[in-house]
Amino acid sequence: MSVAVTPRKVVIAALLVGLALLPLYASLSGTPFLLTLFTRIIILAMAAVSLNLILGYGGMMSFGHAAYLGIGGYTVAILAFEGVQSGLVQWPAALAASALFALIVGALSLRTRGVYFIMITLAFAQMAYYLASGMARYGSDDGLSLDNRSEFGGLLNLSNKTTFYYVCLILLYASIYLVWRLTNSRFGMVLRGTRSNETRMLAIGFPTTRYKLAAFVIAGTMCGLAGALIANHTEFVSPAMMYWTRSGDLIVMVVLGGLRTLFGPVLGALALLFLEQFLPAIISAAVRPFNPVNAAKAGEYWQIVLGPMLLLVVLFARGGIDGLLRLLSSRERHG
Amino acid sequence: MTLFVEQCLNGLQFGLLLFLLAAGLTLVFGIMDLVNLAHGSLYMLGAYFAATFAAWTGSFVLGAVLALGATLVVGMAVEVVAMRRLYGRDHLDHVLGTFGLILFFDEAVRLIWGPGGLSLPLPSWLSQPVHILPGIEYSAYRLAIMAVTLTVAGFLYVLVMRTRVGMLIRAGASNREMVAALGVNIKLLYTLVFGLGAALAGLAGLMQAPILTVQIGMGENILILAFVITVIGGIGSIRGAFVAALLVGFIDTLGRAFFPQLLHAFLGGPAASTAAPALSSMLIYILMAVVLVAKPEGLFPAGAK
Repeated sequence: MSVAVTPRKVVIAALLVGLALLPLYASLSGTPFLLTLFTRIIILAMAAVSLNLILGYGGMMSFGHAAYLGIGGYTVAILAFEGVQSGLVQWPAALAASALFALIVGALSLRTRGVYFIMITLAFAQMAYYLASGMARYGSDDGLSLDNRSEFGGLLNLSNKTTFYYVCLILLYASIYLVWRLTNSRFGMVLRGTRSNETRMLAIGFPTTRYKLAAFVIAGTMCGLAGALIANHTEFVSPAMMYWTRSGDLIVMVVLGGLRTLFGPVLGALALLFLEQFLPAIISAAVRPFNPVNAAKAGEYWQIVLGPMLLLVVLFARGGIDGLLRLLSSRERHG
Repeated sequence: MTLFVEQCLNGLQFGLLLFLLAAGLTLVFGIMDLVNLAHGSLYMLGAYFAATFAAWTGSFVLGAVLALGATLVVGMAVEVVAMRRLYGRDHLDHVLGTFGLILFFDEAVRLIWGPGGLSLPLPSWLSQPVHILPGIEYSAYRLAIMAVTLTVAGFLYVLVMRTRVGMLIRAGASNREMVAALGVNIKLLYTLVFGLGAALAGLAGLMQAPILTVQIGMGENILILAFVITVIGGIGSIRGAFVAALLVGFIDTLGRAFFPQLLHAFLGGPAASTAAPALSSMLIYILMAVVLVAKPEGLFPAGAK
């Protein structure tokens, strides 16, 4: 059986190789800002991959996923502030803190269904937000800066931007691999079965809530690691990273890229952050022929274009970017 | 004592105001099964319209009436252009689509009115304090808000429970196809219901405008509160929204006013002053978590379909 080469596979392969080669391109072309941008994309892609596990495969519509970014980030920042600089302590602590939070939130929230679940996960994230705003010792609303990135002895030097980029990239690929293994395991089958018909899974004899809780904790922990990375990346944490619109951004990435697909969240994170970065310039360029005076100013209002774009994706492009690529692939095969 | 009475009244007023927002949300959710995050944007628009129209006409009341009409029209337009296509979709689609609308409205407001906030000055007859009890004065404007809100709550009850339109709305909520088959223009009915919800949000926004600054993003914080209320009350239940709105209004206002002192008395010292602001903001979320853990469908579950 030969493996068909489809546009979708080409795009994904190009993406994976391109991400691995990016630092080379950035240094050759003399555009170091690309490295910073892509490190951010990779970290947020990892958060989106973790959200996809529960939102996509598990059918759990969590609207508080940014809380784990904040908890992972704050754990690293607080430990650094208190004098613990070693990453070998900071990162496991970040994982443990977000896993514990996910366990508590999941155990309570999974008693509810549908919109109630959306809202209770949101409420817990808001609690984390207000908790961080109230920690006077750690900067309250203003946030907390890190003096140094996590230290790994002589093993790794995260202050080197290229090293840090590759650490993030390897962790992203590892989380995609983990999600792939999980969703194709017996555990993943039960999870997906529960999403499509929980009553039937219960009748067969699976304790579905326990499976969902396990998935919820795994996703929260993965996102906590992304939080530890983002604290290292920006060398700053603040309550704003847990605000509910941040959780909304993560949902946008997953759905924009393609719900329930392995690489969709990565495509979504890439697309959203690219739009954030380049849409202002595109709008300016589009306005310039008509109104040269206000062209630069028009770019500032890029969200007025992004908002309706999201709505259009919801209305017409079900399956997101991955869905479009699939459509392209099947069209080529049949005709 | 004076302070306590005043804070209780503030809590009541805030709760009633929140009811206006929550009623619109719960109405739209209960009838169209639509999660509308853009509800807060309509609240913001109400405030901006009121500030603008009041400045144009020079009259607070006239400005408020015009603003109410304008949010009604915007709401109905949004329903026809966007919301109508989202009915029957997954809740995830609702969240994403209306999240896009928030971005659009926030940016549109920034484009039209600029990034700075507006203010809506009160006419002199509303800005005087009045004696409500011997020795206790209270803002006339806040009393006026309570009166308006209670009137609207009564009007809503009569509209939904006692009129022909209300009967159709309730019938449409339980079986859309059947109502349409009987020859009712269900599309128009939904547009009207959404417009009504928008106007309620606009009313809340324009009444809040003289108390707070009119600014971008003002809808986002209060939207979450309104969602908390609809969830505590039981989604789709107007009665539940009323009870939960008063509960949240009281707890939030009194919590912020007295919780720090209470905590100080128990814990004492620096521990209390660090924890108090965070804990008092968290109170209503804790309330919500407790309610949902005990009653996963809210306090007044709107009858199972």
